[in-house]
Order: sequence, then C-alpha cells, then structure tokens
Amino acid sequence: MMPAFDVIIGLEVHVELNTASKLFCSCSTQFGADPNTETCPVCLGMPGVLPVLNRTAIALAVRAALALDCQVHTISKFDRKQYFYPDLPKAYQISQFDQPLAEHGALTMTEDGAARRIRIRRIHVEEDAGKLNHLGERLGDASGSLVDLNRAGVPLIEIVSEPDLRSADQARLYLTELKTILSYLDISDLRMEEGSMRCDANVSLRPAGYTGDVEDLPRSEIKNVNSFRNVQRGIEYEIERQSNLLRQGGRIVRETRGFDDASGRTYSQRSKEEAHDYRYFPEPDLPPLVLAETWIDQQKRALPVLPDAIRQMLRAQGIPAREAEVLVQDRAAFGYWQEATSLVADARLVTNWMLSDVARLINAAGQGFASSAVPPARLAELLKLLLAGTISGRMAKEILEKMFETGERAPDLVQSLGLSQITDQSAIAAVVREVLQGNPGVVQDYLGGKSKALAFLVGQVMKRTRGQAKPELANAVLKEILEAEYGATTP
Amino acid sequence: MTTTDWTAGRIAAAVRDGEISAREVVDAALARIERYDGDVGAFLHVEQSGARRAAATVDNLPAAQRRTLPLAGVPVAVKDNVVTRDMPTTAASRILEGFRAPFDATVVARLRQAGALIVGKTNLDEFAMGSSTEHSAFHPTRNPWDLTRVPGGSSGGSAAAVAARMVPLALGSDTGGSIRQPAAYCGVVGMKPTYGRVSRFGLIAFASSLDQIGPLARTVADARLLYRVIAGSDPCDSTALEGDAGEGLDEAVSLNGLRIGLPREYFGDGTDRRIRSVVAHALDRLESSGARLVEVSLPHTPYAISTYYLIAMAEASSNLSRYDGVRYGMRAGGRDLLDMYETTRAEGFGAEVKRRILLGTHALSAGYYDAYYLKAQKVRTLIRQDFDTAFLEVDVIATPTTPDLPFRLGERETDPLQMYLSDIFTVTSNLAGIPSLVVPVGVADGLPVGLQWMAPPLADGRLLAIAELCEKTVAIEPNWPLGGTMS
Repeated sequence: MMPAFDVIIGLEVHVELNTASKLFCSCSTQFGADPNTETCPVCLGMPGVLPVLNRTAIALAVRAALALDCQVHTISKFDRKQYFYPDLPKAYQISQFDQPLAEHGALTMTEDGAARRIRIRRIHVEEDAGKLNHLGERLGDASGSLVDLNRAGVPLIEIVSEPDLRSADQARLYLTELKTILSYLDISDLRMEEGSMRCDANVSLRPAGYTGDVEDLPRSEIKNVNSFRNVQRGIEYEIERQSNLLRQGGRIVRETRGFDDASGRTYSQRSKEEAHDYRYFPEPDLPPLVLAETWIDQQKRALPVLPDAIRQMLRAQGIPAREAEVLVQDRAAFGYWQEATSLVADARLVTNWMLSDVARLINAAGQGFASSAVPPARLAELLKLLLAGTISGRMAKEILEKMFETGERAPDLVQSLGLSQITDQSAIAAVVREVLQGNPGVVQDYLGGKSKALAFLVGQVMKRTRGQAKPELANAVLKEILEAEYGATTP
Repeated sequence: MTTTDWTAGRIAAAVRDGEISAREVVDAALARIERYDGDVGAFLHVEQSGARRAAATVDNLPAAQRRTLPLAGVPVAVKDNVVTRDMPTTAASRILEGFRAPFDATVVARLRQAGALIVGKTNLDEFAMGSSTEHSAFHPTRNPWDLTRVPGGSSGGSAAAVAARMVPLALGSDTGGSIRQPAAYCGVVGMKPTYGRVSRFGLIAFASSLDQIGPLARTVADARLLYRVIAGSDPCDSTALEGDAGEGLDEAVSLNGLRIGLPREYFGDGTDRRIRSVVAHALDRLESSGARLVEVSLPHTPYAISTYYLIAMAEASSNLSRYDGVRYGMRAGGRDLLDMYETTRAEGFGAEVKRRILLGTHALSAGYYDAYYLKAQKVRTLIRQDFDTAFLEVDVIATPTTPDLPFRLGERETDPLQMYLSDIFTVTSNLAGIPSLVVPVGVADGLPVGLQWMAPPLADGRLLAIAELCEKTVAIEPNWPLGGTMS
C-alpha cells in the first residue's frame, strides 16, 4: 500500500566563491595549502581584529542571485551566528540572518520533459569555518583533533530553496540544474569532493489532509552530504524511514541527521532539544551592505548566456535534446562546441564527433573538454577534411586517434600516413579493371543477376587501394565499367 | 630640568629642535615610573628597552626628518587592551596572560610613526569592564591624589600614569565613560572622540558599537596633539569614518555668546554636593566670560543605564567568546572539548567579566532578544534623538562627569549595581556616538573634579577648542600629586 504522504524537500546549498582572498581579510583562498598557512590575525580571530568586506565576493554572490532570478536587496546586513566549536575562531560566524542579500528567486528544471519551477527562498553571504582533522580511524575513538583554519573565512553563499521538491529524483535534478547554472557564472569551482559545493537536505512527510504550514512539520535535516548521488540516496532512505515510522504509529522528531555512505543510511546527530540557540545579532563591526540599484542593473546586464537560452539555441540548430543536455551540463563541452562550430558550420556533425569519439578519447586519457589534447580548432580541421571528402569517416576516426596520441594536426597526418582518399576517377577505373579481370566468376554472378556480388567487388577495390578509394566513387565506376564493357544491365 | 613636568607639546618641540634628546626624556619618564609605580600600580608592563630603542631612533634621525614628527620623543603609555607587537597585551585578564599580539593596533602604529616612545602598557579593569581598575586580574591601580582611593576605570592605569606625571600622554578606551570618569577622578583631560573617528583596529573589543579609543593628557592642547595623530580613517576598520579627521581641529571659538546646554536630568540631587558646587562655580566663570547657560532636556536619560548595559553586555558576550583556549592565551585542561571550554573560561575570566557575559548571553537568547536587545537599540535611537534636538538649541553641553568623588578601594566591590549606576552621566555619549571630553575644573577635599563637555557628532575640533577655553577660564592651580608643577 502506498503511504498517504506527500514528500516535502527543501535544499540548502553552500557554494564557496572563487575569490582570490577571503571574505573579511586578504588571505588566499587557495585549496590544499599546508595547514594554517593561509591565515592571518583576522581569520584566526585574534584579539583586536576587525572584518573588512571583500567586495568581489559580493559581486559574485549578486551574479548568482541574478542568475537565479532573485530580487537583490539594495540594503542587507551582516549578523553574528554564535556557537562554540574549534573550527570557528571567533566563536561566531559572520553571516546574514534577517536581511539577506537576495530573496524570491526560482530555478526551472525539466522532469520527464515537463518544466518544473522550484522557488528559491533566499541567498545570503557568509564566511566558511575551518576544518578539523581527527587523529585515528573514527571520530569516536580519535585520540585528538587538529585544527586547520585555511578555510576559515572563505566566502560562501547559501542558496535556500523553498520546500518545493517532492522526490529524491527531483532533488537531484534541482542540484544538477543549480550546478549547471552556477557553472556558467565563473563564481565557484563547484567541487563537491573539495567541499566547494555542499548540500543539506530537509525532508519531511505531509500526511494527506494536512492543511498547516509545511514549515511546522517535523523534519530531518540531512547534513553535509558529499555528492548529488548521496543526497538522493539519503533522501530516499529518509523517506523510507519516516514513512515506516509513521505507518507503525511512531512520531517523527525534528533532528539533524548524518549520512553514512557505506550503509546508505542516515543516523541521528542532534535533536531539536539539543539544537543551538545561535543568538543572532547584527554584526557591529560592519556597516549595512548598501548596493546601488544601477550597479545591480549593470551586473544583470553583464550576466553570461544561461543554460536555458543555450538549450533553445542548440535546439534551433537541430541538436537533439539529449545531446544538447550533455553539452549544456558540461560548460567546458559547450565552450568546445562553440569554438568548433564557429569554424565548421555543421553543428550536428560537430556534436556527434564531440560526444562520441572525442568524448571517448578524452575520457580514456583522463582529460576534459577544457584540457583536451585535441582542442576545438584541431577537431574543426579534421572535420573540414571529412566534409571536403578528402578522407572517409573511417579515416577520420583513425586520424583523430593519432591526433590524440601524437598531438599532430589532421592535414599533416593525412599526408604522413598517405591516407587521403582517391577521388580521381581514372585512377579508380584502372583498379576496377584489374579487379574485374581477376574475379571472372564473381563478374559472371553479377551479370547473372546476383546484385550482392557488387559489394564483394567494391570491397576488392577498397582492399587494393588500402581503403583510400572513395567508396561511393568505387561503386559508381564499377557499375559504369560493368555496363559499358561487360554489357550489364542496370538492375 | 624635569621633563616629566613638561607638556607633550613642549617635549616634542624641544626634541624636534634638538634642545634635548629623546633619550633624556625617556630616561626621566622611566625613572619616575620606577620611583612611583610601586605605589600607584599604573602599569602592567614597562617597556624600558623598547622605549629606549625608539628614543635612539628619534635621536638618530636627520634633523630635517625629526622636525616632521608631531610627537618627537614624547613618552606615551598605552592601555593594555590595545595590542602592541613588541609587548604583551593582556586586557588585564588571566585568559590572555603572556599573550603577544602579532601586529600593532592602528593607533599604536600611528604613534610610532609620529615619533612617540611607548613606555608600557597600563592597567585596566579586566577587558575594560569596570569603573575602578580594581577588576584587573593582576593588581589594582591607586589614585595618585590619594593612594587609598581608586583612579576610576576602566582606563585607570592610563589616567593615573598621566596624573602622576609618569607620562604626559596616554591612550585609553571609552565604552561608557572609561576615559572620562578616570580623567575626572585623576584630574586630567580625557576625550572620547566621535564614534568612528579613531580606528578600533587592534583594540580588544568590549562592546564594538560603543568602544572608542581616545587621549588622556594633562592639558587640552596635549589631548588635541594626541588626537590629531591617532584620528582618521583606516582601511582595517569598516566603522572608521572617512573624511579628514583634522578638519576643524584648529577652529577658533569664542566664549562670547556660546550657548552651553545644561541638561536638567544631569543636575539632580543624586550628585555629591561638593561636585555640584565645583561645577556650579566653573559654569559661573564661563557665564561671566560671555557664555550663555541654557537649560535643556535629554528626556530619555533615565533609560540610559539599562540601555547601555544591555547593549554593552550583549556585544561583550559575543566579543569574548573567542577566548576559548583553542588558539592562544590560557588553556585549562579538560576531559573533553566542552570541559576544556568551561574550565578555561571559568578559570580565565574574573567575576565581573563572567557576570557580564552571562547577562549578555541571556539578553541575546531566543525568546529574550526582542524584549532586551532590540528594545535597547530602539531606546538608543531615542537617546541619540534627544541630543539631536538639544543641539538645535545649544552649541555644546556641559555636565558633571560622575555623581561621586573617587571612592576608596574595595568600597564598591560588593555592589556591582551601584558601580553601574555611577556611569549615568557618561554612557549617553557612547550610546549617541557623540564626542565628549572631561576637563578638570577644581578640587574638593583634595580630590579632583572634572567637567564633562559633549558636542554634536564630528564636532571633535570644536569640542577641544571649547574645552581649552574652559581650561583657561576656569584657571585652577591643581596641586599636582606626588610632587612637581605643571610647565
């Protein structure tokens, strides 16, 4: 029996902004430096220090807000969110509480061909905390913890969706579309494995007939899951767990839950009773953030072309939806495509080659479209030879592989491998005559009505030319000579 | 020649002109500290070698360069809640015992640039929380005028050092009167500038929206000299005001027709009769010199103390959270993280600091924020508006600084509320963000009395000019304590 619940999901996504320096000091945001080397008195929370806002971070945050259709506030403010933890040097995080940078946005995603609009409640700016490295295998029996504050103070935006998502699949689609949009803005590395994109999922079940505010439903907050796949798994598990609980007459409690990758389960971390009282209050060290309307408009005009517009453009060029999606979701692939199609007009040809052969080769070599050993201009050279009939499709594939191996250009490889197609009719006619003379039995078969025999003869011509004869031409010349010299009649 | 009796202006001029060396000046100051600080206890740290090195640097400069230094060879004491790279900074707290900051506060850097010689760090109530300097974790400071009495606080060490002529200038910090009240108690000039005029970068925060660093000196001219050096915008402090802090500093002001506002709420019976009498005498002198005394009202004054303490404690509870034993300062052992936090903070903070952290934490807690902190912010706005209204009618406001003369050590330790209430005349300037300055105007029963002046925001220059006229008009011949005369 299906449970009589609606699934209610809201996502909170943290995105690290890729500024050169931290949100409130001039330390580098470089990932992977030796512990505590990217720190200064300000981000260490030394006595007497004061924060100074990094305006670039605000510009990046505003770009995200505008791309997500938010209303950017001309006045927002910073607040202190207070709790004690060794990765939080000041024992408060400078964040934005009741007057965030932006609100009332939305994102449109496609589910089974239908557009679905997910509202975005707010986007605010805050500083990241540091990291704890626990000594030992598991946290429970760690002999100690080392504090690394390189990440402390790195600028983040938190993108909070409305509870508009109704399934784990939708949550994944939302995250995918969000990441795709953000990837076009140059504001973040968006690497979940490095923590530059992190997701918390709020999951609750709404019983049939419930008319109250969904915010009042008891919910689990699944914290800090490290991949989209695991967000989906965590939500799936949580839906299952909560509905079993309700079916058995149990109660769901509001709590924070962790996700265990190995078992695919969530586990309780903190109940509502243990929840922090963050004691938010306005940050007295920073004046309110005031943005000029004209500046916000400028930022809006400067936004790049966004995924939805790109999809429309690709469709207009005849690219099937599935291929278009692959191109849109990998911004480097789309960049590759744009450059290649600016040199070779046949967009479908470029797409096919990119998504089959080029994709296969870069994957094998551990490259991406941005780092491909064959850049778009080189692919274009190859495809031009193909379009001109200088080489066959099969030759092109062979040449592309060589291009990946050697880094050489297609025209050079055609030369050095002697691979150019024989398009000279008289040269082919000479080979055809040799083949016909050498295969009288097959010729008789053909003349006797076995049209299949022609394919064998074409194959022989190709063999003798080591594949360089243009197959259509070989076919035509064969027929012509068989008619003219052997009296064949056109079947 | 006793340079310890000289004004900072005279010392700087003499050093600039090569009449005396910075070395002679600093030696005299250090000798006087050596001689008297055992009794007074103004300093937590005396930096002999650093001060002498700084003096040598000034003396070795080419004359042309030395002539550009506004504080050439002037010994300056710095309150120990202002960080210094080459000396310890403790804020008079166990929790920061032995702490050395890796950088200089902006004001300290500006002092060094100006040729000042920083001779040491002065005592204070722990984290600037108190009005007597008895709440130092290390030792109390005594009032040079009467060693059985407190020097006021929290900048009691700085005020006492200036009054005892160990240094002609000192830096204090003022959150609710912490420069002005000890200035009054010690008979020196103390100024709280307009909020944002002096960078707070490097000031250990007590209440960020109220804290302001300012000068203590024996003359208004000296206070102006120090203010001119430390004031001005700072890229490291987002609340520091842009614009020229020196503007209006040399403004000429006349007492003739000057409208001096006397807020009736500040002249009640609650103030010691002797203080009222000295203040009345000073105001008479100003009136007979051409000033007009105008009664004004600051109607929200009765709410000022509760408003001030709510905001100050709330911000303090947040600002002092960073002392958690993880990165620097004291760390007490513990079974686990929570125990380490609790033990460190229980052992590291004194009783008054803990009291304020608890009250401030409560005021910001879920369910109480609106009733306490938010309400206090609204009243703060009303108090600011009181001043805006008053300054439509008058040029400047004059009031007593404290309701009482300096009290005896230990007298008020058991009654924190009485201590809080005695800040009644000084907290309003901090809540309103306006500049405010105390000038000594007399002595009662051998103890100094200071008159407090308040001016509209950014009128720091005019405030200094008026205070200087007051200083000249109400000519007092203070019998400076611990021997010596003013020259």
